Amino acid sequence: MSLVLSEDQQLLQDSAKSFCLENAPVSQLRKLRDSKDATGFDRPLWQHMVQLGWAGMTVPEAYGGFEFGYGGLGVLLKETGRNLVSSPLVATVLLGATAINLLGNEAQKQALLPKIVSGDLLLALALDEHPIHAPTKISTSAVRSGSNYLLNGSKTFVVDGHVADQLIVVARTAAAGDSPAGISLLLVDAKAAGVHITRTRMVDSRNAANVEFKDVKVPADALLGAVDCAFPAFDKVLDIARIGLAAEMLGSMQAAFDRTLDYLKQREQFGVLIGSFQGLQHRAAAMYSELELCKSLVRAALRALDDPEATNKHIAQLASAVKAKVSDVFTLVSNEAIQMHGGIGMTDEFDIGFYIKRARVAQQFLGDAVFHRDRYATLQGF
Amino acid sequence: MQHLQEFQNTTRAWLEQNCPASMRTPMVPDEIVWGGRNATFKNPDSRLWLDRMAAQGWTCPTWPQEYGGGGLSTEQAIILGQELARINARPALTSFGISMLGPVLLEYATPAQKMEHIPKIVRGEIRWCQGYSEPGSGSDLASLATRAELIGDNYVINGSKVWTSYADQADWIFCLARTDFDVPKHAGISFILFDMASAGVSTKPIALISGSSPFCETFFDDVKVPKQNLVGRLNEGWSIAKRLLQHERTMISSFGLASGQSDRGGTTSVVSSLEGAAMHYRGDTVKLSDPVLRDQIAQFKIDSESFAYTSQRSVEESQQGQGPNATSSMLKNYGCELNKRRYELMLQSLGSQALGWEGAGFSAEELQITREWLRSKANSIEGGTAEVQLNVIAKRVLGLPDMLAVGKKQTGI
Repeated sequence: MSLVLSEDQQLLQDSAKSFCLENAPVSQLRKLRDSKDATGFDRPLWQHMVQLGWAGMTVPEAYGGFEFGYGGLGVLLKETGRNLVSSPLVATVLLGATAINLLGNEAQKQALLPKIVSGDLLLALALDEHPIHAPTKISTSAVRSGSNYLLNGSKTFVVDGHVADQLIVVARTAAAGDSPAGISLLLVDAKAAGVHITRTRMVDSRNAANVEFKDVKVPADALLGAVDCAFPAFDKVLDIARIGLAAEMLGSMQAAFDRTLDYLKQREQFGVLIGSFQGLQHRAAAMYSELELCKSLVRAALRALDDPEATNKHIAQLASAVKAKVSDVFTLVSNEAIQMHGGIGMTDEFDIGFYIKRARVAQQFLGDAVFHRDRYATLQGF
Repeated sequence: MQHLQEFQNTTRAWLEQNCPASMRTPMVPDEIVWGGRNATFKNPDSRLWLDRMAAQGWTCPTWPQEYGGGGLSTEQAIILGQELARINARPALTSFGISMLGPVLLEYATPAQKMEHIPKIVRGEIRWCQGYSEPGSGSDLASLATRAELIGDNYVINGSKVWTSYADQADWIFCLARTDFDVPKHAGISFILFDMASAGVSTKPIALISGSSPFCETFFDDVKVPKQNLVGRLNEGWSIAKRLLQHERTMISSFGLASGQSDRGGTTSVVSSLEGAAMHYRGDTVKLSDPVLRDQIAQFKIDSESFAYTSQRSVEESQQGQGPNATSSMLKNYGCELNKRRYELMLQSLGSQALGWEGAGFSAEELQITREWLRSKANSIEGGTAEVQLNVIAKRVLGLPDMLAVGKKQTGI
């Protein structure tokens, strides 16, 4: 498989690009923010995406999906990232559908996947419990009691938590501390008694929530994956999501860079275009180089997800490499974007500010650069 | 697909039969084969390997067969590369003829010039050097002042060059000379080939901070060169010169690629990888104990991996388009910076053992690292400085306005 887009992927990219340009410019996110929209995304727009097949991009045909692969979903994420589109694509499709598909039993897949494809089910992953991503540092507990689990604990940074129909909750059913052993996943109805969801407003104007579970009764058949030892399979779900998220971030930083480059070619000072100053040119050239590297690494990681021969370890290394790299470069590009725009970059009226805000949230989500370099080193044995 | 599979099978079988066992061990610096009239082969297998590969045209796999090249398609050449890598085969021949001159001769030279020079490059019979930089013309290469005057049937060349790699060992030179002094600097340059054994050519090695002398000062004193040795048209050498620089940058960027792989001098060596070295010199067994160095090495490895994928993507993209383009500046620059970073991390990893100069107390490998670290500093100077590469990216890739043109307009130059 090549590092260049296939013809089908190229077509998908072209149509996704023009779709986002026409239907979901950055001004839409601004409107959602300013109106303090309760949903946090535009439902008609999401229905439109669903009609285009975006929700079923990676879902197997047997469950009503289109099996277009993560290469295809990556293309969509990159294009929505370009315009900072707020939609359930990350929480429901990238994370949710992947979790159900990889961990779910036959009955769960049949019940849930077709509903994701048709846009009738929204999911959210309730994982983090601390301000710093630590996927095995779980103290939310699920204790077996008869045919139910009794769920107690609290979660933070639950993307789409306030709109989800069901929550995928990472809980401890055995062991304690930070051990990956003893971790199980449960599908929890967002409206179940004892579930308290508080929407949080984050700097990127996208959706997140804090969720509390107080003696929530969850039927035992709502277990997603193996009891006590769901973590290895779940870690793969996280890796897939990290790679998809990196594709989204790549689109965002490409857009931030393009806008900045345009500005360098328009703004005049001292009687010349500021883009003629070497002090800015070299920094722009350095950003371009880093972006090219990110592009290649994202392509390589997406390619591995669609390669049946790629091992989980290989995917894990690529996921950590790409999340670390893209996070660092997004810091660089978003900081430089503000600096090179000068005063106007600091104004809310100008869209460039949305990019630096999204950058920091996306960087933290599912592990920042330091987390992933540490993991990469461990995976490589040093 | 079928014929590629077949090509792979026959290539693998051929290599099994023809690549001597000692040529499947890691290359050591004094066994690199540069070819040329005075070529020496410290290891006799090197000569055997060169002759066999050259007979196949596989020292230059994609060059046309009529000039002795392998005539392979890009896909076949990639397979050949993979098969060579599979058995860890050493390069049969390393030369500026292959990496720089050959490609531009194929593009710009007359059939007679190609017939004269290309087969000798393929077979490693002539070793070439590059007459570009001058004492007064470094980054501003086009300001060069070496003069070539047409007198009768000869160009008479006077002037001097500097940083001429291996000029003291080269047989021929590809040289930029000014053939018109009355036009803008880019418009009066010609691209000329001549024999270094010609009367009036002299060289003087330059000792570097690393202790070695790969570069020379080269002097031309009334050197007579037959006029048919001009490549392309008179005064139009600058475009050939730039094209050659793109090939040179592609070559230099491969330093960065090599730095992404962990091999250097054998798999059993403690310095075969950065992380291995860092752990060894700290007595670590499970995890590198210095968390800052560990983070920096991880970052370096991730960047190297990203760079390797980018080179790969660039090859795939150029298969759909043309040869090297302005992105070669990006690859050159990034690859060089990576290589420099690698050696700085190597120094951190080895501590005081990386700081020996010679003699007792240091292994040969440790001493080599010291020298290579110093040598790596030239990576971002030779073949166009880092700053020049960034200028090229800004102007040619990003389309930013040319500040030199703006400056001239303002100051009325």
